[in-house]
Amino acid sequence: MADPNRTVVVTDGSNDASTVSGAATGVQSSPKGEKGAGTDPSKMDQQTLAAVLQFLKNNKLKDAEAALRREAKLPDGNGDSSGSSRVATSGEVSSVLSAYESEGDLARYCEYYNSLSSFIESSLDAHKHELGCLLYPVFIHMYLQLVYNRHEKEAHKFFNRFSVEQEDWHQEDLRTLSTVKTREQMEGNDLMDTFRSSKFVLRMSRDSYQSLRRYLKQNEHRELLSILQDHLFIDVFDGVPRNREQVQATSGAMMGEARRDANKVKVLYGLPKEPDINVPLDDDDEGAEGEDKPKKKKQKKDLLLNKNKKADPNAPPPSRIPLPELKDADKLEKVLSWKEGLKRVPLGRENLPSICFYTLANAYQNVSAVGVSEDSSLLAAGFEDSNVRVWSLSPQRLRTMRNASELDQLDKEADDIVERMMDEKTAADSWLLHGHTGPVYATSFSPDREQLLTSSEDGTVRLWSLHTYSNLVVYKGHNYPVWDVQFSPTGYYFVSGGHDRVARLWGTDQFQPIRMFVGHYSDVTCIQYHPNSNYVATGSSDRTVRLWDVLNGNCVRVMTGHKAAVHTLAWSPDGRYLASAGVDKNVLLWDIAYGRLLAEMKGHTDPIYSLCFSREGSILASGGIDNTVKIWDVQKVFEEIAGSDDLTSLDRASLVEVGSLLLGSFQTKATPVLKLHFSHRNLLLGCGRYQHS
Amino acid sequence: MSDRVLPDVTAESIKVIAESAGIGQLPDEAAAALAEDATYRLKQITQEAVKFMHHGKRRKLSTADFDNALKLKNVEPLYGFHAEEHIPFRFASGGGRELHFYEEKEVELGDIINAPLPRIPLDVNLKAHWLAIEGVQPSIPENPPPVPKEDQHAADRPPGVTAKPSGKDGTKPAGKPGKAEVKGLPSEVAGVKLKPVLTHELSVEQQLYYREITEACVGSCESRRAEALQSLATDPGLHQMIPRFSTFVCEGVRVNVVQSNLALLIYLMRMVKALMDNTTLHLEKYLHEVIPAVATCILSKQLCQRPDVDNHWALRDFAARLMGNMCRNFSSNINNIQSRMTKTYTKILHDEQSHLATRYGALAGLAEMGHDVVKSLLIPKLKEEGEKVKMLMEGPVHNSVDKTAAEHIRALLLKHCAPVLAKIRPGPDNQEQYKTDFGHLGPLLCAHVVKARQQQQQQQLQATTTTAAAASVVQRPTLQIPQVRVLA
Repeated sequence: MADPNRTVVVTDGSNDASTVSGAATGVQSSPKGEKGAGTDPSKMDQQTLAAVLQFLKNNKLKDAEAALRREAKLPDGNGDSSGSSRVATSGEVSSVLSAYESEGDLARYCEYYNSLSSFIESSLDAHKHELGCLLYPVFIHMYLQLVYNRHEKEAHKFFNRFSVEQEDWHQEDLRTLSTVKTREQMEGNDLMDTFRSSKFVLRMSRDSYQSLRRYLKQNEHRELLSILQDHLFIDVFDGVPRNREQVQATSGAMMGEARRDANKVKVLYGLPKEPDINVPLDDDDEGAEGEDKPKKKKQKKDLLLNKNKKADPNAPPPSRIPLPELKDADKLEKVLSWKEGLKRVPLGRENLPSICFYTLANAYQNVSAVGVSEDSSLLAAGFEDSNVRVWSLSPQRLRTMRNASELDQLDKEADDIVERMMDEKTAADSWLLHGHTGPVYATSFSPDREQLLTSSEDGTVRLWSLHTYSNLVVYKGHNYPVWDVQFSPTGYYFVSGGHDRVARLWGTDQFQPIRMFVGHYSDVTCIQYHPNSNYVATGSSDRTVRLWDVLNGNCVRVMTGHKAAVHTLAWSPDGRYLASAGVDKNVLLWDIAYGRLLAEMKGHTDPIYSLCFSREGSILASGGIDNTVKIWDVQKVFEEIAGSDDLTSLDRASLVEVGSLLLGSFQTKATPVLKLHFSHRNLLLGCGRYQHS
Repeated sequence: MSDRVLPDVTAESIKVIAESAGIGQLPDEAAAALAEDATYRLKQITQEAVKFMHHGKRRKLSTADFDNALKLKNVEPLYGFHAEEHIPFRFASGGGRELHFYEEKEVELGDIINAPLPRIPLDVNLKAHWLAIEGVQPSIPENPPPVPKEDQHAADRPPGVTAKPSGKDGTKPAGKPGKAEVKGLPSEVAGVKLKPVLTHELSVEQQLYYREITEACVGSCESRRAEALQSLATDPGLHQMIPRFSTFVCEGVRVNVVQSNLALLIYLMRMVKALMDNTTLHLEKYLHEVIPAVATCILSKQLCQRPDVDNHWALRDFAARLMGNMCRNFSSNINNIQSRMTKTYTKILHDEQSHLATRYGALAGLAEMGHDVVKSLLIPKLKEEGEKVKMLMEGPVHNSVDKTAAEHIRALLLKHCAPVLAKIRPGPDNQEQYKTDFGHLGPLLCAHVVKARQQQQQQQLQATTTTAAAASVVQRPTLQIPQVRVLA
């Protein structure tokens, strides 16, 4: 903790220009010039002098010190008249400087804050809401400076007076902040580290910004200025100031909004065509079935592929990320899923889905994770007693592989070799997997259903074989609880994220991560692989959703708007839209193309833990621990934006104006909805553990 | 934030803790510093623990979350603390201080070791059901009742309308699927609430169910009847069918009273009871059909073919109890069921010509209305009724039917009046006194009252012992022996 602090502090005093970004220079330069004409220049000079003296003293430059003292007509030694008792006691330059930095009038912080807030109150309605965003970061940093300078009492008073005025969604962080009452406690506190080392980002229209500058010019609040310069990043845009709803829609993240340039990179969100399946696939089919059916299907398949070929200029080139080559089994799998897809029930506001709900009864320990395989045939539940249990949802029971000697005797050329490898005697409805030493927080099936990934509180990710029901690999690296893990849609790669704020990309055959996605200010709580395997979306308890490029590990989208930790994400099947939800009980819908918020869906009364788009993307299902499955009409939103594809509104993050999107709400008796999954035929599966009242 | 009590560890607490750890004289400053630090660390860890709660997808923080948070901070967790769902904190105050504490009993290990092993808990299993079928939630026991009882109660909603299952908050989707509207569901289009045309249509399944249930209820197979009644008493989705069932009961009673078919009347009353037992149903709207039926079963002159042999008294008792329950549950200022029924009963009692069986029913009905009614209406009548019983029992005309009726009336009066008298009449019980007060029934009544008093005393004793037993159950050692789980 100490280091970033001090470096920040040092640069504050000595080298302003280098730390201040372009947008803020304007603020800084003008008052700087007038500094000499400030209210109490003599005091300021004295403080500067004291600091310089201290610096000389510390560096044993005695002659220079003496000379300076003579020149400044200051008495010798410790009898500093600068009014700062701290100068003498502290041995470090940094602390002197930081004392200097905020020595001005710590007691007047309340006044400063009041003045700022009344300025904002009295400013034009158009600017009011944008400027209002200033209050929270200013409040935080004033408080931290008070604490840092050991004015605990004032800090406490300041906090009690103004913390109630902050927006609701900040209260969680404020609670954390309120525990910090001394400088010692600031060290090692994650939230403090974040606040001191990163800048709070605000976006403001030029008009609002001008009015802020006028205010700062008129009122010589040096403290306020230094806070604005050092800890805030004001991103100024040209255009109409945003209104209250617009400001609120994107605020809420721990470190303010996303910078405008953070979402500029083009995201190749399209789905790649699947060209090479065509020929071998049909062979496969004929081999497998060899009757009239395949011919019909071939025609249809061709049609489908043709359609695919035309589509998506936004798709990444297939070779962008090296993907595992498709095995015959994978191709067969694709055909089967496509065939299933033909029987899909179209869903929409007229046709609501059927929901089949799986209830876990008699669970001795709480269920903390549920995963369903892509084809809806397997279900894995992670328990808080470290166990993982796998169930079959299809009539096919779960079998293990025969032992080695038996396998040896098999005819390896046989068509149904996979089938023969399995030992019919071991068929069971469910298998229990032991290995983790802490609650299991996520489970993810590989696309071929041969492997299962689980992540746990014990800091590991484990890969299990679903042929032998044993642990294959333990991936260590997170050291802290791993909140989520997910296989890529193509298999082989997977991403994990946890308390260490890092999301890691792994290959199943490597015990070290291939990419690290670093940037979240708090725990990475959930992960969703983009359908084209080129991107990964992560949600975090810093209340942002980020999109990472797997190719280079860059963060290509930052999306703010959640007011509490994000716990679940879902991609629309076309890969353009992302839905996110979490503790703040709202479902947000994002357009990845521009990183903008499209819609907000309110209605849940408790945290949401699962989201799923229907297979054709027209409906979104959400479920949480309020024991309710809700169905949302996202098609309406998509139609709305297709109608007015207004790229200029990009910066303004305006919500698409549509009425309520809620189509249906289905309550269970006493079962929280931990997982939702649409089958290929658009049957919605839900799962949770029955809770006795 | 400022007006909330600050959740701080106080210096005094630290001193107490220090003392219990063997450090006698902790300086004030040290205690204060420690207290502040302890507060800070506790809050830190609690905040981390909340993260674990969220990831555990729970609403309640558990001790395991706290352990995990400690682990996260590289602190050794507190081993051996096993949290149950409910941690019974006890409250104590004294010396101007209020305190909540967790009472930990010393545990005799021997007892635990020698105790028989608890039963192996059931294995986790997975059960599937339909939460919704094409957007409509089926009324099956796995789903919550389609219309919460409060909504059924709501006056503006006409009975028997299928309402869409709506969230707790009552938010309804703006536009309903067109298909649903055809069926006559309440629809809200653009915020305007349209009252739909009522169509009392039962689905095919419901019609089948209705047939099955009614057949089973009045059929001859006792086990099927039990199942049917069970279904009526527990199924959550029946509100749509209550009108049918109440009509069935009403018509059934009408026909069977004429035919004096005692068995069927009993079956019908049991159906009423089952419907009343169903916690998801609200019968209030159908009382106009049900109450006359039940009242008939209480008061009708003739309920069976052979009044001298058949035990129609039991039916009257049963129906009277049902009526009593109904009065308790549904009587309100508007419908005044209780006072109306009481009037009916007393009118019969005043009528000297009324049939004995009817009189019995009226007396039973009053007796089931509760202690107050017994006290104010039945006890004053004891003398008069006693005379009547005496006349019938000892009178010149020996009619066996009348005699049994008199016996039943006597037994009824004794049974119901004695406990009330035991409560309101101060002892000691004097035979003569009773005789003068209550006439013919006096001596018998006296004996019953004495018995009732003894019983009440015993019950009190038992109550104290059972609460003690219950308390001891609560205070039983809560150490749990971990279940050994065997991999299948």
